[in-house]
Amino acid sequence: MIRRVVLALDDRLGTAHFMRKALRKAFPDHWSFMLGEIALYCFVVLLATGTYLGFFFDASAQPITYNGSYPSLHGIQMSAAYASVLRLSLDIRAGLLLRQIHHWAALVFVAAITVHMCRIFFTGAFRRPRELNWIVGLVLLILALGAGFTGYSLPDDLLSGTGLRIAYSVLLSVPVVGGYLAFLFFGGDFPATQTIGRLFFTHVLVLPALLVAAMAIHLGMIWRQKHTQFRGPGRTENNVIGSPLWPNYAMKSVGLLFAVAAILTALGAFFQINPIWLYGPYNPANVSSPAQPDWYIGWLEGALRLGPSWDWQIFNHTIPAPFFAGVLLPLVFFTLLFVWPFLERRITHDGQPHQLLDHPSDVPWRTGVGAAVLAFAIVLTFAGSDDVQAKIVGISVERLVNLYRIMLLVLPVAVGLLTFQFARELRARRNALAEAGTRIAISRTDSGGFAEQPEKDARRP
Amino acid sequence: MTARIWGIATAFSVSVLGSALFAAAYALHSGPQWEGLGLFVALGALGLGIVLWAAFAIPAEQVVDVRDDYPSDRDERSEAEAALEHGLAEIDRHGFLTKVLLAALGALGVAALFPLRSLAPGFGQGLYRTKWRRGARLVRENGVPVRASDLAVGSILTVFPDGYVDDASSQTLLLRLPPGVLAARPERRNWSPQGYVAFSKVCTHAGCPVGLYRASTYQLLCPCHQSVFDVAHAARPISGPAARALPQLPLEIAGDGYLQAQSDYTEPIGPGFWQRA
Repeated sequence: MIRRVVLALDDRLGTAHFMRKALRKAFPDHWSFMLGEIALYCFVVLLATGTYLGFFFDASAQPITYNGSYPSLHGIQMSAAYASVLRLSLDIRAGLLLRQIHHWAALVFVAAITVHMCRIFFTGAFRRPRELNWIVGLVLLILALGAGFTGYSLPDDLLSGTGLRIAYSVLLSVPVVGGYLAFLFFGGDFPATQTIGRLFFTHVLVLPALLVAAMAIHLGMIWRQKHTQFRGPGRTENNVIGSPLWPNYAMKSVGLLFAVAAILTALGAFFQINPIWLYGPYNPANVSSPAQPDWYIGWLEGALRLGPSWDWQIFNHTIPAPFFAGVLLPLVFFTLLFVWPFLERRITHDGQPHQLLDHPSDVPWRTGVGAAVLAFAIVLTFAGSDDVQAKIVGISVERLVNLYRIMLLVLPVAVGLLTFQFARELRARRNALAEAGTRIAISRTDSGGFAEQPEKDARRP
Repeated sequence: MTARIWGIATAFSVSVLGSALFAAAYALHSGPQWEGLGLFVALGALGLGIVLWAAFAIPAEQVVDVRDDYPSDRDERSEAEAALEHGLAEIDRHGFLTKVLLAALGALGVAALFPLRSLAPGFGQGLYRTKWRRGARLVRENGVPVRASDLAVGSILTVFPDGYVDDASSQTLLLRLPPGVLAARPERRNWSPQGYVAFSKVCTHAGCPVGLYRASTYQLLCPCHQSVFDVAHAARPISGPAARALPQLPLEIAGDGYLQAQSDYTEPIGPGFWQRA
C-alpha cells in the first residue's frame, strides 16, 4: 500500500528524492526551538475556533433593543454585533467555551511569538544568512498584533469600544494625513457605523490570509536554510544534528499541537476572559474604570499614559500628544527591530554566515541592549495599569505616573548595564574553565571516601 | 506488552473518555466548564499519549544533515546572473518601450488608488463642530431637559443637546460649583450662570469620556490615561498626558428656567489633529 502511494506520487511528480531527504531532515532538540511551534499551533487553534465563532457573529452596528436570555441587559440599546456576541456567549452551547479558547489562544499566540523573537535575538539567530527571515518574523508579529486588536474590538462592548476610540485618536494624531487615515480605516468620524464591518473583514480574511502567507514564507525559509543549532560535540557550521523528521520529530510535534490545544482549552474553560455581558454595550459617553487592554497592547497603553503632555503648534498646525507616544515610539521601536541585523553587522563588522548559535553571554553588549529594550517595554506595560496599582498601593495616580516616568528612563539603563556585566563575567568564567582544560570529577568510593579523577573532554559545558 | 505501551494506551483511552464527556456535556447543556473539561481531557491525554509514544516507544535517533544546499557554486551563480542580465538586456533594447510600459503601470497604480476615496467618506466639519447651537437645551441621557433649579451645588451630570442624545462629540459634563470656586477668565464670565459650568466630556488627549469626578478638589479624571483637569480653572490639565483644557460650553438660563447653550463650542473638541489651528 505504502509502496504503491510512493510510486504513484513519484510517477506523476517525481517526489521520491525530496521525500527521502525530507523525512530524514534533522531537527535540533532544544526546548527553545519549540517556541515558534507553540505560536504556530496557537494559530491552528485560532483558525479552528474562529471559524466556528464567525458563523454566529453579526458584523453590524444596527441598533437593537435587547430582549434575549440575559435579564440584566433587557431593554438596553446595543449594536447587533454586541447582541450576537451575547447570544454566542450565553445561548449557543459551547459558544462561550470556544470564544474564551479563541481569546486565550490570541494572548498566547502573541506571547509565544514575542518569546520566540527574544530567543532569536539573544542567540544571534538573526545573523546572516537569516536576516530576511528575521524581517518576515517581525511582519508576523505586527500582523498578529493587528489580528489581536481587530478581534478584541469586534464584540462592540464598552471596553473594546473605548480601545477603538483611543486607536482612532492615535491615528488622528499623525501629522498631515492623520485625519484622512482615521477616516479611511474607520469609515468616517468616530463612531462610524461602517467600522465593525471593516474590522470583521480585516480580522477574518485580510489578516489571516497575510498571516498564512507570511508563515509559509517563514517556514519555507527555515526549511531551505535548515535550523541553527547550539554549539556541542560534533556540531559545526557545516552540519545540523537532531532528531529525524520522521518519525521522531513529527510525533513529538503533533503531541505538542495537542498539548497546546489542551492548555488553551483549560484556560478557556476555567479562566474567564473578556466577560462582555458585564461590560455592557459600547456607548461613547460611558467608560469603565479601570480600563485595560489585552496584554500585548499594554506597552502602548502605558506609553500613552506616561507620554509627555506635548501639543506642538507648528505654523498653525497641531502635532498632538498621542503622536509621540502612540505613533512615533512604536515606529522607532519596530524600525530598530527591522534594521537590527544590519545595524549589528555594521557594529561588529561580522558579515560571515553563522549556523551555530551564540549563548547570550557570548555577546554581552547585544544581550545588554536586548535586556534594556525589554526592560523599557516591561516598564511601559506595567505603567499601562498604573491606576489599578495606585489603588492597591494607596498612593495617588499622579505620583505613580511620575515614578514610572523616572523608572522608564533609569531602569532600562540599569538593567542593560547589569546584564552586560553579568554576561561578561559568565563568559570570562567559561573561558577560564575552558583554558584550564581539565575538570576534576569527584566520586564516592565504595568505602565512603572520595576519588578525584581528571575528566576528559571537559572543554566547554 | 510493556508497562510503557500500557501507559500510552491508557492515555489514549482517557482521551476517549474526555471526548465522551465533551459530547455529553454538550448534549446535556452542562455549560462551558464541563464542555471544557471534556475537551481538555480529550486533547491533553491525546497529546500526552503521543509525546510518551515519541519519547519511549520510538528509539531515539540522531541524524546529521550537511549544509550543502546554499550558497550555490560559483558557476551556477554567474550563470543565474547572466540569464537575468540577458533578459534585461533584451527588454532594454527597446528602451523607449520600457519607459512607456513603466508609465502605463504607474498610471494604473495611481488610478487604482482613486477608489480609496470611497473608503474615507465625508472628511468635513465633523472634527470641528458638534451639535450644540445657540439656544440648544441641555438634556439628560433620557432626553429630559435640565432646569436651573435641578442640580444641587456640587453635583455633576452628562448632558447632550436636545435632539442629539448619545451624540459622541456633543457629550458634555454639566457641573454646579459652589460660589467663589470658579476662577473664570474675563471673556468667559457670563458663560456660567448660577455656578453652572459645562465642559466637553471628550478628553483632549485620546478622546475617552472624562468619566470620573473628584468633587472635593473639583477635578475631572480620564479613566483611560489618567489625565486630570482642574474644573475651577477652566478645566486646564494639571496631570497626565493631556495638553489642552477641556473646551467650555457657554451656558445661559432661558426665560422658562431651562439651561441652554449660547453657541457651539468655540474651539474643536476632543483630541488634537494636524489641521487644528
